[in-house]
Amino acid sequence: MVTRGRELHSLKVTAFRLVVLALALASILSVGCSRPRNEESGVTTAVPPTSSTLTVDPSTAGAIRGTVTLEGQPPALPPINMSGEPGCRKLNAGPVIPPEIITGPSGGLANVVVYVKSGLGQYGGFKTPKDAVALDQKNCMYDPRVVALMVNQQLEIHNDDATIHNVHAMAKENKEWNKGQRAEGPAIETSFSQPELAIPFMCNVHPWMRAFVFVFAHPYFEVTSKNGAFELKGLPPGTYTIETWHERYGIQDQSVTIGPRETGQVSFRYKS
Amino acid sequence: MPDTQNSRGLYRFALLTASCTVLLLMAGALVTSNNAADSVPDWPLAYGHLVPPLVGGIRFEYAHRVLAAVVSILTFVLAVWVTRSESRPVAKRLGWTAFALVIAQAVLGGIRVLVGHPALSATAHAVLAQIFFSTVVGLSLYLSPWWQKDLPQLDQAASRPAFLLATWTTVAIFVQLILGAAFRHGAFGIQPHLTGAGIVTIMVIWAAQTVKHSFPGVREIRLRVVFLHATFGIQVLLGVAAYWAVLRAGANFQPSATYVTLTVAHVLGGALLLAASLILTLSCFRLIRPSSLVAVNSTGARLAGPAAS
Repeated sequence: MVTRGRELHSLKVTAFRLVVLALALASILSVGCSRPRNEESGVTTAVPPTSSTLTVDPSTAGAIRGTVTLEGQPPALPPINMSGEPGCRKLNAGPVIPPEIITGPSGGLANVVVYVKSGLGQYGGFKTPKDAVALDQKNCMYDPRVVALMVNQQLEIHNDDATIHNVHAMAKENKEWNKGQRAEGPAIETSFSQPELAIPFMCNVHPWMRAFVFVFAHPYFEVTSKNGAFELKGLPPGTYTIETWHERYGIQDQSVTIGPRETGQVSFRYKS
Repeated sequence: MPDTQNSRGLYRFALLTASCTVLLLMAGALVTSNNAADSVPDWPLAYGHLVPPLVGGIRFEYAHRVLAAVVSILTFVLAVWVTRSESRPVAKRLGWTAFALVIAQAVLGGIRVLVGHPALSATAHAVLAQIFFSTVVGLSLYLSPWWQKDLPQLDQAASRPAFLLATWTTVAIFVQLILGAAFRHGAFGIQPHLTGAGIVTIMVIWAAQTVKHSFPGVREIRLRVVFLHATFGIQVLLGVAAYWAVLRAGANFQPSATYVTLTVAHVLGGALLLAASLILTLSCFRLIRPSSLVAVNSTGARLAGPAAS
């Protein structure tokens, strides 16, 4: 009896050790494989985590909400001169005003990029979304004018026009490139390996065409629409510098502190 | 003695090549001012074809390439014609130098398209264009009937300083063109170019006065000084106007007709000013005895022995 008891105990101990070993192996494998994987799986991380990288705990994550507004009447911009481009003129029924300053009825300012400039500290290993971000060339204009995405996230550039464009990405931190794109041709698919702010995209065939692409290593950014509202969700507790960028009115910073599961509020006001 | 009819034909062909080079410079300036330098992302083909869709900025870029091909062919014909017709080694060397320069310029243009980095590649392309233009202008002058006739040699004590001053003025104008090209293509700001303008102003006035006073009765020198003054004066005005247009354009993404016209005119004015100074310098060299101990004949070859009176 005593012998069988010892055998059973020994089996239990062995089983327990095997389970612990399996869990340990699983942990090691999950950490060791947190590197950019096969693109087909669509699961990549913006920046490879280090041994000291912290992961955001969703149970304590909060948010920062706010609005960006423009005070005063924006200047009237002259329409784009498309007289030399019959192809583009045909695509636009009336005069085209450059979409540099777009406001809503309550003064909300559109095309402002709001993002966490600092405060994330050791947090990292953010997953790159597998959805691509689209940038269209429509009626000889880029649409949208401002685009934001994460490092290694796919950017798809479409030419919906019956005319030729070239897409010139004038990046500095990433590689600068320039590609022709025929009328209604296949999409250009690209991504950026480094964070970079306000990469100008232009078309040298139609020099008024302009877009700005922002690339972040984290997911805490948003491009405002006409209501000027933004919300940066899933932020761990801490003190952050929130920065806004507008192509005409420039950059503003504010500091915001949030606790666990708190939503901080911040407003940005630009003056016309 | 060279065949007069053939040499006149050769001279006129050299002038034609120089004139087409002016058009090519203008086409290049139009590409830059219209922000069309990257409108055709491939080279030597254009969107994979010999002739691309001619829309927007592609028209400027493609016209520039076509003109470059025309000037290359003209320069090749000029080099061959000079080699077959001319006995003077300098003429032959200048002809083939011009051809080598235009080929190098075409390759540099291709590098600009394929590699980018306009601050470096476009500036180098612009500077080499002026060097090529100067070579063709110099060759044209060398092939001119005026250069080849027996001209009285001027034995003036003040001749050498005037010649040196004219030479340094040409160098200063060339450096100023480099600074202008570097500013235009984003290598650095306007300040060096403005400083250079001040230096060139002093040198042009000083050189022109010195040369005029040194050779008061020499008609050819007087005409060349007038040409230098005229191009310089126009270029200063164009410079002020072009800078005003640049400031007014600001961050406007679409170049206006005023901006394009003034900046292109200023680039052309710079090339013509350089040509005017070069012509004056070479003319001084042609007319002035290099030293009291050496004379030259009408072909520019040095004569042995003491200087002839």
